[in-house]
Amino acid sequence: MDYLLHILILIGIYVILSVSLNLIAGYAGLLSIAHAAFYGVGAYVAALMALNLHSTFLVNIICAVIVSGLLGALVGIPSLRIRDDYFVIATFAFQVITFSILNNWVSFTGGPMGLPGIPQPTIFGLQVSSHLGFLIFIALFCALTLWVTRRIVRSPFGRVLKAIREDEVFAQTAGKNVAAYKIIVFVVGAGMAAVAGVMYAYYISFIDPTSFTVMESIFIISIVIIGGTGSLWGPVAGAVVLVLLPELLRFLGLPSSVAANLRQIIYGGLLVAFMMWRPRGFLGEYAFHRKEARE
Amino acid sequence: MSQALLEANGLFRSFDGVQALSNFSCSLRQNEILGLFGPNGAGKTTLFNVVTGFISPERGRLSLKNSDITGLPSYRLANLGIARTFQDLRLIRQLSVLENVLLSFRNQPGERLGNLFFRSKKSHDHEALNRQTAIELLEDAGIVEKADDRADNLSYGQQKLLSLVCCLASGAQVLLLDEPVAGIAPEMIDKILGIIRNLPSKGKSVILIEHNLDAVMRVCDRVIFMDAGAKVSEGTPEEVRNDPRVIEAYID
Repeated sequence: MDYLLHILILIGIYVILSVSLNLIAGYAGLLSIAHAAFYGVGAYVAALMALNLHSTFLVNIICAVIVSGLLGALVGIPSLRIRDDYFVIATFAFQVITFSILNNWVSFTGGPMGLPGIPQPTIFGLQVSSHLGFLIFIALFCALTLWVTRRIVRSPFGRVLKAIREDEVFAQTAGKNVAAYKIIVFVVGAGMAAVAGVMYAYYISFIDPTSFTVMESIFIISIVIIGGTGSLWGPVAGAVVLVLLPELLRFLGLPSSVAANLRQIIYGGLLVAFMMWRPRGFLGEYAFHRKEARE
Repeated sequence: MSQALLEANGLFRSFDGVQALSNFSCSLRQNEILGLFGPNGAGKTTLFNVVTGFISPERGRLSLKNSDITGLPSYRLANLGIARTFQDLRLIRQLSVLENVLLSFRNQPGERLGNLFFRSKKSHDHEALNRQTAIELLEDAGIVEKADDRADNLSYGQQKLLSLVCCLASGAQVLLLDEPVAGIAPEMIDKILGIIRNLPSKGKSVILIEHNLDAVMRVCDRVIFMDAGAKVSEGTPEEVRNDPRVIEAYID
């Protein structure tokens, strides 16, 4: 039973991560490989505060969102000047830098040993300790993320994001401050990723830098692309499929060393297959680089 | 004589040594249609790009209603009341016709993130109002039945019409139209020229770039003939057409 709950909790965390990345990459068209960095920053801010300041869950999550959001603005800035592949490389650099700091600033982040013993969260006097408790807790934040995202993408604001994705010159001609939109969407996306990080830190109660590597970023991108970019429910579907897939492999009875590698091969294969034959993913309405393909 | 709405003074701009604008000055009066024509590379589109802030002039000054607007970013110029169409047609092809029009309204409350969550009623009401206006504009243009189609499902002529509708939705007072009737069917040319002809009565002022001389003569109050980034001749369509310098340039 706990195993099943554990899987559902992981799905919840990846739903938050992929829905928020989709806002940046799928709606605004800014493909970012820095999402695991925001995820990690959220986790570390909350963990460090809980361990050192003994502050409450609510304070920690708010601080984590703010810190990650500010970093989001920082990463958004290069998108004003550089585009496409070059921008992807800039976000990649941010991801690598963040990982290096988490991994090497031993006195502050614990380095490769990580941060053990994160206390269980208490919210409005209720301590969350069981798997079921965590699932409800994470489901609430998942719902909140989806609600906020839905509000954004179905509004005139979301319409401007799509316009920026398709044609920045048109957006500017229509009087939209493209630079401001890009920064805002990064702040919001990074803040949401931090929420996922906080959830993860409290749930696992131990974090180390290996959870927030560039591979993790690529995994989140795979969820978004396979699920469907630029649609609200696409990344949700993607998160369910990609989190369940390796678990199903378990039941094939393969030795774990084989299963782990097989998992990577399947992710890679799926990504290539989708990019070639269905670049919009399961439910998406937008494909990266379709513009170039047409012209 | 009505006063000048938009004024360009001594604009200079070159690209790789080619002078695209060379001491170019002109002024657009209230409620007038000013035609701009001349050979390819005369600097007509460059002028539009300078006026809409996509290219900055090396020298010279631009003013709108007597206030300096030189060097402002394009989105701010758009919000100050300058709208334009593009020669190579810019629409969001993946979005619906209606959404393209809706995008063109300026200063929408629903485009501010805070309003979505804290003043959602206001943004909602405003959006409903815009939607209604957009439908009316599409009705006037005769493409309302295509409102929910993707913009790239329209014919080329209808797309040109749609970009004109987008300009109208913007509420801008100054419209810069870059070849609005190039490459489209004769009936559509008549329809679009009819709409343009009526713009001054709605309080709009227009600068029109057009190669179709017949079209220029039909709708413009005043025309400027440009060559090599400079003004060669200016006056009523009749005067400019009969100007020996213009005739000479066209024969060359």
